Amino acid sequence: MSVALLFGLVIVLACVGYLIGRYRAIASVGGDMRGLHSLPSFYGWHVFLFTTVPSLLFLALWLLAQPLVLERSLSEFFPSDRFDSPTERTLLLADVRRVAEGLDKAVDQGILTESRAVSLRTEFGSVRDRLAEAGVALGSDVTPEVLRAAQDYRKRSAAGAVIRTALTLLIAGAGFAFSIYATGPALRARSRVETVILVLLALASTVAILTTVGIVLSMLSESLRFFSMYPWQDFFFGLTWSPNFRGNSELGLLPLLWGTLYISLVAMIVAVPLGLFTAIYLAEYAGPRTRSVVKPMIEVIAGIPTVVFGLFALVTVGPFLRDAFAEPLGLGSSASSVMTAGIVIGILNIPFVSSLSDDIINAVPQAMRDGSYGLGATKSETVRQVLLPAALPGIVGAILLAGSRAIGETMIVTMGAGAAARLDLNPFEAMTTITVKIVSQLTGDTEFDSPETLVAFALGMTLFVITLGLNILALAIVRRYREQYE
Amino acid sequence: MYDTQVTERAVDSKKIKFQCRNVQVYYGSTHAIKDVNVDIEDKTVTAFIGPSGCGKSTFLRCLNRMNDTIDSCRVEGDINLDGKNIYDHDVDPVQLRAKVGMVFQKPNPFPKSIYDNVAYGPKIHGMARNKAELDEIVEKSLRRAALWDEVKDRLDTPGTGLSGGQQQRLCIARAVATAPEVLLMDEPCSALDPIATAQVEELIDELKQRYSVVIVTHSMQQAARVSQRTAFFHLGDLVEFDDTDTIFTNPHDPRTESYISGRIG
Ligand SMILES: Nc1ncnc2c1ncn2[C@@H]1O[C@H](COP(=O)(O)OP(=O)(O)OP(=O)(O)O)[C@@H](O)[C@H]1O
Ligand SMILES: [Mg+2]
Repeated sequence: MSVALLFGLVIVLACVGYLIGRYRAIASVGGDMRGLHSLPSFYGWHVFLFTTVPSLLFLALWLLAQPLVLERSLSEFFPSDRFDSPTERTLLLADVRRVAEGLDKAVDQGILTESRAVSLRTEFGSVRDRLAEAGVALGSDVTPEVLRAAQDYRKRSAAGAVIRTALTLLIAGAGFAFSIYATGPALRARSRVETVILVLLALASTVAILTTVGIVLSMLSESLRFFSMYPWQDFFFGLTWSPNFRGNSELGLLPLLWGTLYISLVAMIVAVPLGLFTAIYLAEYAGPRTRSVVKPMIEVIAGIPTVVFGLFALVTVGPFLRDAFAEPLGLGSSASSVMTAGIVIGILNIPFVSSLSDDIINAVPQAMRDGSYGLGATKSETVRQVLLPAALPGIVGAILLAGSRAIGETMIVTMGAGAAARLDLNPFEAMTTITVKIVSQLTGDTEFDSPETLVAFALGMTLFVITLGLNILALAIVRRYREQYE
Repeated sequence: MYDTQVTERAVDSKKIKFQCRNVQVYYGSTHAIKDVNVDIEDKTVTAFIGPSGCGKSTFLRCLNRMNDTIDSCRVEGDINLDGKNIYDHDVDPVQLRAKVGMVFQKPNPFPKSIYDNVAYGPKIHGMARNKAELDEIVEKSLRRAALWDEVKDRLDTPGTGLSGGQQQRLCIARAVATAPEVLLMDEPCSALDPIATAQVEELIDELKQRYSVVIVTHSMQQAARVSQRTAFFHLGDLVEFDDTDTIFTNPHDPRTESYISGRIG
């Protein structure tokens, strides 16, 4: 039975359960609702939730676990040295899955009978051609092991599907029966429904957390592989970045880190004052009409794709900065520079700072303004001494958010600052950032287990740690501030 | 009879601080204050009484142009402070508000330390030449607002951490610290216990020696205790404005009489 059908069946059962639960509750008090602990619909929901939640959770877990278990069981079909190398295992498993899928399709379309699909052997003709008839294209012909593995995979997933269906329906039925049996005037259906809702909400929040943990773990494992091939001292303290796919690379983080921080610094020097002043203007000085025009116009900036900003950096800002500053000042003749990328990223970030800060300043109670104006303070005194301090935690948050965006920006850096890793103080010199190098190390036809490729994960991990540090810093600032003022 | 009282008052005539003529206030299309004429004297406590929503706060806020901060609010008519119309174009509302201080209906301390709350006005207006003078102003203001003893050991803790009644007294101290010529108080005692109320009333009595005080209150007893003149508002109209004694013992308008005897409002 397909998963969708199974799901539908459980829902139908639950809906029936809703009606029965409701009906039983009303019947149990002879139609006098005052005798019930909760409103009748809560008894209905009680049955509905008991039928759906455990069974569907089970179904979800099963669907996640089945492929993992099946893949492990395929190891017997392949020589262990091939199966143990992660790259090769991925390829093999993909092959097996495609062949299994192809067999399924062929059976569905009547090209193969079920018994032929099970007994098919490579020795009796090309499986590839048979599958091509069913519309499944395979790159190379199927080896005997893969075919055998695919057939086994099919058998096991079919068995799995049967067990899955049976267990899901059993759990749904048990929940259904149990909750209907429990229905009665004394059952605290309302509180139980409340508890289930609480659990569901808590589960929803764990999904995000688990995903983050998953990302970190996968990055960490790849980073560790990198450090097993490349000494960490050379990575963290190396002053040169010159990857070389034939080996002998120098993969020093410092030039990239320096470029990242330098460009972000320039970006923040542009974005924070402009964004903050815009926010103050919009929140405190502009009339409602100006505000209703200016605010959306600024927010449009946030919607422009960064690659367009990159073009702007490449053809307008870069040449302008070169002609107006870099060459006259004798600071070089490169259009790609830290300044170019920094300024453009800064402009991109203005709406983030301004929009968030504007909301935060607006959220400061009117009574604070009244108090200040009532003492004879001017607008700017009120902003400086009352509104900004009161809004500071939020503004710090907005600035750090913009900061992490600047650090993570890739496209504008590629087009505005170039791809040359360099340790230099001159802001009119081309430099590059961690993100740009992550992209360039992973694109191209390279093996996935050379240090030149794996360094991307170490770089990603570094980036993650930096932004995490920024966030922790923000939290610390906010908390200290709260203690002072609440 | 009304006439005789006017002449009686004219005898001990004090300087008129605020002279209000035909004041109308609109919030959008709502007419909140209708054609009000009032003279507020110097060195006098004037009480505004009336049922909730009758426009006492609105009228009070006209006197220091706090209504300017409300977009939908429109004020018409003349309000003269020492003979100068405060709604004239050449009047700076910021300077006006330094002269005409205000304590709001709800306590609104800044999210700053107690000290900084009180020092806020004096700092802005450059009233202290050095830290010692500022300390002195802060202490004096807190003493006058009957808060000093409770907070003298924790001046650097946040003002928002005080109790509601303490916060209101902090706001009073903050307003007094700028040494205004007129102090507008919108129900300053509604969150205070009887002891603190008595202390604030004492402060009002003291302020009266030098300043003019306008107080909005829902307590008839308080109006009778602290004020010399009382204005009774009803649905945006100024129904009666007279010596406090007259209002409470011998009101002319039946609405005033019903209100002070507790039948409307
Ligand atoms: N910001 C505003 N916008 C629109 N209408 C307002 C505003 N403030 C007050 N009003 C209206 O003006 C009228 C007078 O309000 P006001 O606050 O002056 O009453 P009040 O006499 O101070 O009442 P209370 O004793 O309850 O404080 C009310 O009808 C109120 O609804
Ligand atoms: Mg009021």
